[in-house]
Amino acid sequence: MSTTADSSTVTVSDDSFAEDVLNSSTPVLVDFWATWCGPCKMVAPVLEEIASEKAGRLTVAKLDVDSNPETARDFQVVSIPTMILFQNGEAVKRIVGAKGKAALLRELGDIVS
Amino acid sequence: MTDTSSLHDVIVIGSGPAGYTAAIYAARANLSPVVFEGTSFGGALMTTTEVENFPGFKEGITGPELMDEMREQALRFGADLQMEDIESVELEGPVKTVTTAGGEVYRARAVILAMGAAARYLGIPGEQELLGRGVSACATCDGFFFKDQDIAVIGGGDSAMEEATFLTKFARSVTIVHRRDEFRASRIMLDRAKANDKITFLTNTAVVSVEGEGIVSGLRVRSTETDEESVLPVTGVFVAIGHDPRSTLVRGAVDLDSDGYVLVQGRTTATSLEGVFAAGDLVDHTYRQAITAAGMGCSAAIDAERWLTDTEAPAEGAETEMIGAPR
Repeated sequence: MSTTADSSTVTVSDDSFAEDVLNSSTPVLVDFWATWCGPCKMVAPVLEEIASEKAGRLTVAKLDVDSNPETARDFQVVSIPTMILFQNGEAVKRIVGAKGKAALLRELGDIVS
Repeated sequence: MTDTSSLHDVIVIGSGPAGYTAAIYAARANLSPVVFEGTSFGGALMTTTEVENFPGFKEGITGPELMDEMREQALRFGADLQMEDIESVELEGPVKTVTTAGGEVYRARAVILAMGAAARYLGIPGEQELLGRGVSACATCDGFFFKDQDIAVIGGGDSAMEEATFLTKFARSVTIVHRRDEFRASRIMLDRAKANDKITFLTNTAVVSVEGEGIVSGLRVRSTETDEESVLPVTGVFVAIGHDPRSTLVRGAVDLDSDGYVLVQGRTTATSLEGVFAAGDLVDHTYRQAITAAGMGCSAAIDAERWLTDTEAPAEGAETEMIGAPR
């Protein structure tokens, strides 16, 4: 798992997915994205905000499907952005398409207060 | 952070070529526009591939890159860009208010509407259930997932041809399903698709339903000539049947035509309400190009600027009244 200086999100890969996401003790929202996806760019700053506001209660992880096709395949992701919320190793929520902050928080509301 | 209590000159709602161009012009005219970009910032161009016909980019530019450039240009002149979606508006009277999805209220003397248009869906069984599971409205986003697979593109316009041609980079085969045998697509786009070996045309064919459990396995179609139904064994269905104006926010507030487009007066961008202007795909059902939207955005900013100059500013006794919670 890696973070960059000015980012509240973490980056995960096919190799680190089990450890960083499935074995995480906090819920993890994984953003399946790619550089060539316009709507993914739209949702990125919203996810940054959510990551910083929910720090400690929710991890927001970014997974580049271009370089990590296995995880995308495992979870049948065929449309991006797709965001999947994992809790205790289980996919508990799936959100497809770019959404605004208010809408995303509403979707996450049951799991993350 | 924007001061939600003060009265702004102009608020722009939308962030496609129309919204950003309005923002650039309004910012350069010292109107300090607040721009609500919303979730779909960048607008329709964010899901297009190469834009080959925007003047000044002789080698072409990708849609998202073009929008990034416009956005940066608006920022450079001091436009206040907000990523928020707008939940409701009050557009009558000398002080307009807009309320964000987060519940903040902003006030302005003039409002420029540039919410654009949203991709239209077919409204057939299976479509919404399988959205993101093989049904897509964004070829540039999702084409990657259909390497060496058979897919269908629905529609007969330029965007259908563009998407089909783009998708042949990944797919084994692309079938364009169109309910008529004439195409709205431009000659150049149609010829390009026809010349592509991977593309097959299925015309006079209506779509009935998307088939599949959890993931798309086929597209049920019906011949409009024989009424015979059959299933195309495809794993991806890309919908490109046009757009509808995003005018729900202002329905009942400004005059719309029967298709939901905002009506403007003559060759201006003035709507039926004083101080409210509209531009881009929200208004235009004829040209719908990035360059025409940008042009209208420019007109809207100039119309708004002149209107602000010619109209007396409302007495601001209301300035002491705090609307919206400062964060």
